[in-house]
Amino acid sequence: MAKHGIDARPLAGGQSLVPLINMRMARPAVLIDLNRCAELTYLREADSVLACGPMTRQRELELSPTVHQHCPLIAGAMPHMGHATIRNRGTAGGSLSHADPSAELPGVAMAMDAELIAEGPNGRRSIPVAEFFFAELTTALEPDEILREIRFPKANASTAAVFAEVGNHFGGLAIVGVAAQVELDAEGRCTKVALAATGAGERPTRLTSAEAILLGEVLEERTTIEAAEAAAADVDPLEDLHASAHWRRRAAVAMTAQALRQIAAGVHN
Amino acid sequence: MSAARREVRVTVNGRAYSRSVEPRILLADFLRHECGLTGTHVGCAHGVCGACTVVLDGVSTRSCLTFAVQVDGKELTTVEGLAEGDSLNALQQAFHENHALQCGYCTPGFLMSLTEFLRETPNPDETQIRERLSGNLCRCTGYANIVRAVQAAAQHLREEGEP
Repeated sequence: MAKHGIDARPLAGGQSLVPLINMRMARPAVLIDLNRCAELTYLREADSVLACGPMTRQRELELSPTVHQHCPLIAGAMPHMGHATIRNRGTAGGSLSHADPSAELPGVAMAMDAELIAEGPNGRRSIPVAEFFFAELTTALEPDEILREIRFPKANASTAAVFAEVGNHFGGLAIVGVAAQVELDAEGRCTKVALAATGAGERPTRLTSAEAILLGEVLEERTTIEAAEAAAADVDPLEDLHASAHWRRRAAVAMTAQALRQIAAGVHN
Repeated sequence: MSAARREVRVTVNGRAYSRSVEPRILLADFLRHECGLTGTHVGCAHGVCGACTVVLDGVSTRSCLTFAVQVDGKELTTVEGLAEGDSLNALQQAFHENHALQCGYCTPGFLMSLTEFLRETPNPDETQIRERLSGNLCRCTGYANIVRAVQAAAQHLREEGEP
């Protein structure tokens, strides 16, 4: 990659990049296949984080008991992420590096405050997820860098997580999704709230106004509606073939409400 | 841009194939044009329709999103590898008996995806079946008969005690 610069693209699972190549929307001169780099596939549990190798398949994240136990938001989002056959090949690092605005894992990483480790000829550097996504298909990775590790903070026992999504059919193209991770105290008050929307802007977006309304509150219907309506101001959706900007904004509100209602009802990961 | 041809050695349905191909050749095209295994179909070429699904080292994979050079040294099963001699296997037989195909273009992909599904989920409910079927598109038969065929195949396999 140092030699070929922007003419080269690393090839992870290929479930996003190869369609673009087949449709001649991407024409990299050089593809560097990472699929035989066994050292890029791992899930390692540390004190406070689950460290994920970039070539870890999405199907493994979906089925791993460690992920279910420590990162319930990832477990909740995985079934939405394409189809099982796509997840067999698609990778964690590929989804994040590709940075499709509607992709689920970037929203999950935003809500979890993940730390991303990039590596290039000059060594490794840490990038907070809030500084990773620049715009559609554009990240903080330099042309000679790959995403080398994703560090997902571990949830604790009181964490409730839901990924709510609307798309054209189950497992099909996602239109808008909301990743919600909430910690509740014994009285049901929100002691920690993280909400992130996908498909409602050129990059995944934290719903900070909605989070502020929920903090310290019990998830009653009135509070849920107030927070979900506040999410409308947190997003800046673009219009495209699949939905208008207004529709995406309202979908972000609806998915926020749906995620919060599921958490309130105890139907969550 | 063309690049030097690369040797690909792969085992498909138990038979070894060795071919020299350009690195840009997709696995689906490799199977069809280099190996003559035309049961694997290409529908959309971007991973949506599922017609090109094959089993690569035990897991279902879109052959239109995989390059042939990536499977060097690996094992593949395609739809041609399902029948046991001249007789259809349980899943194929269930498709036949339940009219789960009409034009048949999508059928190889359904069969390969469902082969993995029934191995992982021997006693599926209808929701699980429909979730799995969401990864393959059929544009003429519809899905009701395919759901019935999967249920029949699952029951048959459970009774047979086969994997």
